[in-house]
Amino acid sequence: MAEVVLSGLSKSFAATRAVDDVSISIGDGEFIVLLGPTGAGKTTLLRLVAGLEQPDQGTIKIHGLDATKAAPAERDVAFVFQQYSLYPHLTVYENLAFPLRSPIRGLSEAEIDSKVREIAKLVRIDDKLQNQSTRLSGGQMQRVAIARALVRSPSIYLMDEPLSSLDAKLRGDLRIELKRIQRDLGATILYVTHDQIEAMTLATRIGVMDRGRLVQMGTPRDIYTDPINMYVASRLGMPAINFVPLNRFPSVAAPRGASVMGLRTEHLSIEKSNGADGNGLVTWVEHLGDQNHLHIDMNGQDVVVLSPPDSGLEKGDKVHLTPLAPLFFDPDGQRVRG
Amino acid sequence: MAEIKVNNLQKNFGDFVAVKDSSFTVKDGDFFCLLGPSGCGKTTTLRMIAGLELPTAGEIMLGGNNVTFNRASERDIAFVFQLFALYPHMNVRENIGFPLKCDGVARDEIRRRVEETAQILRITDLLNKPVSSLSGGDRQRVALGRAIVRKPLAFLMDEPLGALDSEFRHVMCGELRALHNRLKATTVYVTHDQLEAMSMADTIAVMNQGVIEQLASPREIYERPASLFVADFIGSPAMNFLDTRAGLSLGSDSLMLDGMSVKIPSAREAIIESDLVLGVRPEHVRLDDSSAIRGEVFGVEYLGTTQVITITTKHGMVRARVDANRKAIIGDHVGLSFHSEKLSVFDKASGRALRSALHEGAIHG
Repeated sequence: MAEVVLSGLSKSFAATRAVDDVSISIGDGEFIVLLGPTGAGKTTLLRLVAGLEQPDQGTIKIHGLDATKAAPAERDVAFVFQQYSLYPHLTVYENLAFPLRSPIRGLSEAEIDSKVREIAKLVRIDDKLQNQSTRLSGGQMQRVAIARALVRSPSIYLMDEPLSSLDAKLRGDLRIELKRIQRDLGATILYVTHDQIEAMTLATRIGVMDRGRLVQMGTPRDIYTDPINMYVASRLGMPAINFVPLNRFPSVAAPRGASVMGLRTEHLSIEKSNGADGNGLVTWVEHLGDQNHLHIDMNGQDVVVLSPPDSGLEKGDKVHLTPLAPLFFDPDGQRVRG
Repeated sequence: MAEIKVNNLQKNFGDFVAVKDSSFTVKDGDFFCLLGPSGCGKTTTLRMIAGLELPTAGEIMLGGNNVTFNRASERDIAFVFQLFALYPHMNVRENIGFPLKCDGVARDEIRRRVEETAQILRITDLLNKPVSSLSGGDRQRVALGRAIVRKPLAFLMDEPLGALDSEFRHVMCGELRALHNRLKATTVYVTHDQLEAMSMADTIAVMNQGVIEQLASPREIYERPASLFVADFIGSPAMNFLDTRAGLSLGSDSLMLDGMSVKIPSAREAIIESDLVLGVRPEHVRLDDSSAIRGEVFGVEYLGTTQVITITTKHGMVRARVDANRKAIIGDHVGLSFHSEKLSVFDKASGRALRSALHEGAIHG
């Protein structure tokens, strides 16, 4: 069942089309991640769903009801912002209980108490409930902010880069926890980020946005292995996909209309060459810690690929590159399928 | 260009020791990174080299001259800050030329050097634009230009990319390194971002609580971390740490982990039974159903070429980086084995890595 249905949403600010005819149907329990660079329109889209902005066109249905004109409070949504906005004068417990104390809900103290403790345990801050909310580390504060959204059971959680203000290690830990929490609760989440790793690891489906438009929607594996154009292909993958003109590899049979080949690590066989058959030179091995990038110069064309830690390839080595089932694109950047 | 030599440098702020008896040499033409978490003393070290702080003790040599107590302006170095502070009322050409104008350089000479700098940075087409119209990346290039134009003995950079978003930061890392390859200028670069340090540096000094814990090439630091702190700080996902209580004798090539014997690089020092930590990089973990080390899949993170599988074991959480085509489902019971010749063993109390055959292949220089 679709919980939230966005149809033909558009929103302009002066001459800028921030959101341009976007339609998404979000199913119950789905984790949808909108991915795009700054200015792609993803946050505006989130704010439209939350009711913090009014669309120029299109409709928003939440739980089967038209919510397009509803006030934020009337929508069954919970918003988590990039900057944890906690009540500084309240304890962690009171911060979590606050959304539940709304008179509309009419919950008893016992019900509130059991809900607060359940969620605190889920996000692993149950030992900090009596702390003042300002006396927490950044990671703990963001857990409280997420927990405060979770104590309610809205139709959908809206999250705007909730992990981006945390350091890399904490972000990695919270990422995997957020995914676990979402799975345990069966929560429906619409999540916005410019971080491709978050998108790949959290999403059931990723929506790639470009200048207000939703360019492609699919599972992380679909988006990564089967992008519809060069823009989408370059959004995912570390190192980024290499675009190489076809004439670099004349022996590769390309489909009609193709002019560019997209090569990721898994699209290339790289062998050390001792001379004549070499078509590339390793100019630099970049040790990034989690992975090594091989920078290869193919006579003026740079190619960057992932190197297995034990490949033994070093700066100055000659290599022979052979494409294996690459992606093809036409001169406009659109995908051409073989 | 010149070598920077730091001898027994110390800086106290009241009772707090920000930098503790630090000695290192930045070779002529080296790209040298000071890496560590906030509060580790890396920025204080840089500011002392720049002359923006005076050391409590120790000396700083720049190109063979003792500059410990020289003023910043007498040191012939250029400092690039995190926030690109450009003069908003000047255009790009005037911004880049300003340091030369202050030094009283002749107008023709300023014009020539500004244009040469712009060419190095590939921003010649921007020279007559106002800085307010520039993108973040171009502003950063102009800020760099203002440093380069002076042809200083060394560049000091304090998290110059800290304000940029992640995708763009990586692009700028590539650019900065390429620039360094062209100029071959001695550079000291401060960052808390291991990815920046790993991707650009020739030499990294990993700092913790005012002390350099390891000073080596990025690869050396990654493959042979000298301490638990360094092992944990470098690498994403971080190295897995499995606690055990065991002893090692000279030459022994296995470690007892909860009654199981795990193969490790041959020990080059003995240790009596104590709390030890086995360190395993995620890419050195294999899913291996025949192994006695068992666990349950807790999370699967697809990353395209590879995936990271998080497994709960009785020794703690273990992350494995494996091929993206390997099937793994949450809740699966799996066995784990390790790439034995790549493992590190640490003494938990001191945090120090124990010497083993792993260190014999060490890359020097």
